[in-house]
Amino acid sequence: MKIRAQVAMVLNLDKCIGCHTCSITCKNVWTSRDGVEYAWFNNVETKPGIGYPKEWENQEKWKGGWQRNSAGKLEPRQGGKLRILANIFGNPNLPEIDDYYEPFTYDYEHLQNAPLMQTPPTARPVSVITGQKMDKIEWGPNWEDDLGGEFSKRSKDQLFKDVEKEMYSTFENTFMMYLPRLCEHCLNPACVASCPSGSIYKREDDGIVLVDQDKCRGWRMCISGCPYKKIYYNWESGKAEKCTFCYPRIEGGQPTVCSESCVGRIRYLGVLLYDADQIETAASVANEENLYNAQLKVFLDPNLPSVIEEARKQGIPESWLESARKSPVYKMAVEWKIAFPLHPEYRTLPMVWYIPPLSPIQAAAERGVLGRNGILPDVSEMRIPVKYLANLLTAGDEKPVLAALDKMLAMRAYMRGVSVDKTENLEVLKQVGLTQAQVEEMYQIMAIANYEDRFVIPSSHKEMVEDSFNDKASCGFTFGNGCSGGVSSGTLFGKKKEGSIIFVDMPKSRKKAAQAE
Amino acid sequence: MSYLDQFLFGIYPYIALAIFLFGSLVRFEREQYTWKADSTQLLHRGALITGSRLFHFGVIGVFLGHLGGLLTPLSVWHALGVAPEAKQILAIAAGGILGGIGLLGLLILLHRRLSNERLAAVTPLRDKVLLSWLLVTLGLGLATIPVSMGHMDGQMMMLFMEWAQRIVTFRGDAASFVAGAPLVFKLHIFFGLSFFIIFPFTRMVHAWSGFGSVGYITRAWQLVRPR
Repeated sequence: MKIRAQVAMVLNLDKCIGCHTCSITCKNVWTSRDGVEYAWFNNVETKPGIGYPKEWENQEKWKGGWQRNSAGKLEPRQGGKLRILANIFGNPNLPEIDDYYEPFTYDYEHLQNAPLMQTPPTARPVSVITGQKMDKIEWGPNWEDDLGGEFSKRSKDQLFKDVEKEMYSTFENTFMMYLPRLCEHCLNPACVASCPSGSIYKREDDGIVLVDQDKCRGWRMCISGCPYKKIYYNWESGKAEKCTFCYPRIEGGQPTVCSESCVGRIRYLGVLLYDADQIETAASVANEENLYNAQLKVFLDPNLPSVIEEARKQGIPESWLESARKSPVYKMAVEWKIAFPLHPEYRTLPMVWYIPPLSPIQAAAERGVLGRNGILPDVSEMRIPVKYLANLLTAGDEKPVLAALDKMLAMRAYMRGVSVDKTENLEVLKQVGLTQAQVEEMYQIMAIANYEDRFVIPSSHKEMVEDSFNDKASCGFTFGNGCSGGVSSGTLFGKKKEGSIIFVDMPKSRKKAAQAE
Repeated sequence: MSYLDQFLFGIYPYIALAIFLFGSLVRFEREQYTWKADSTQLLHRGALITGSRLFHFGVIGVFLGHLGGLLTPLSVWHALGVAPEAKQILAIAAGGILGGIGLLGLLILLHRRLSNERLAAVTPLRDKVLLSWLLVTLGLGLATIPVSMGHMDGQMMMLFMEWAQRIVTFRGDAASFVAGAPLVFKLHIFFGLSFFIIFPFTRMVHAWSGFGSVGYITRAWQLVRPR
């Protein structure tokens, strides 16, 4: 048994209001730079929709994730090692910039510099790549927000598999939900496996998957390898970039910025202990519907004395074991089984988990529209088809999703009884197999969601591995050669591409061109 | 033999190879963040996949052909029983076909790069220099074929082999072996040697990594870094 710890995340979709605060804080911190203007390490999609980049869930098209071959072994869907090496000259599965969107800014200066004219001046969109004015913006990172666009286009959504989707094209039957997405920091990452340079790696101590910017050669196989399309090609630096799980913050015991800034308090961070020797077995299970349960078996119970003893022996710090016992992620994913991995059928064993949304059914049930299943409303008749959620979270197996939704409804019914009717409705708890203590803890963590209950992050123990005296007066967080400034502008070995315009502000050369027009 | 011949074919090769090797080493050591293939596939695919595959197949083939053809000692060819005449035919055929494929690929890539608005905007001067330099070198290389066809005894090729082998084994008087060669050969050699000088200052350094990435085949799928 090889015990490792990982800081994992749960997102409670039942509470996501689609405000995009997570995306904006992330963009401001990490990707407000040249070459990654189009990249959103965190984005929020409205479902149903084809998402960002277009149709990212369609693995027939993009060939992301893993597949199980006839011998029962896993290999990346885009091909084995020889195929991947052969494709470094041209990757047939790589999305183009228009599959994301052409990054643009606006000619704001024109609002102030325009000569006197009869109509008010406008700030026309300017392509960040070419510096030319754009006639019309055709697509953006969030084009389908709140069901924007026609149903015929949105319904290419892969989650409609085995769902009678035509029914949901009518206004009366329409439904939607929000899906915030970031890197899954998988246990079996396909990006790591696809990298011919070996520049992508998983950190042993906290499980964060990072790209070594110095070692990346820009072969771009990771971009097609990742089934979530959460690795981006920086077209300015020529390197792959991805969500860092805000590792400088995690190391200090702070939540990621997307979690910290979430106004709906939907995000949870906590430690999971897992057995690294079980990863391959769990990811290679034959039947896709069993992958969710197989992944659950990889996790270790942090309260078991034998696990604690073995973890100590293998050098996992005491503070991490303590955090693992208090981990909200362990409770939601493993104990209560209300949170699920995103697309387990990709066989990546993702570590960002999702609680399915519930709200639409409750409102309808209160109006007496829905059928009753015992005391609880019948969740199989809720507005969002359970099959749709199961296609997202459990490779199509509806039972675990139904059980989770029932538990959440039972929690509401029980707490409503306690606070409104002043009675403890134990019958609903029996129906879903929860104890009183469990449901009260669920209520505390999911509904009240205090900061210290949501984020249980032990700080990393750098003092155990490095001499911090060496870091004194160093340059801090940079890309590239430490103090040389990263982009190496004007050095012998390269400078910024001439055509690119600064995303934040236009360079002088480009300003001149814009003024001349 | 003029001093220019002595310089270009006796001294210049050492300058070029020294800049090539030390330049690559310094860049790898000091500025690895700039060490990349610098693909533009994300911005515009176009005919990239066809062009790039043809180009790389041809150019890598031509490079390995030059390496093997020029530097394999005469005694080895003897032992293999390959006469100079036969080797000349082999060199012309392989060089002509691979060079032709490389040239076709390069023309496709150049057309893609210059005809697309986005690519034209982000292509730096050094890429333009690099690609045109490759085009000229490749063109000159192919232009030597008709000249070679005029003397199929392989004797001139032997002189080039002697020159190259003397250069890499640090034996003097190498330049005299090519001093009498026709101008097109000399130009091809000059452009070829200069290419080694451009190499460490452009995206060409990714060629080292391309060969290095073969180690991927034996690597484990997953990489975990201990803290």
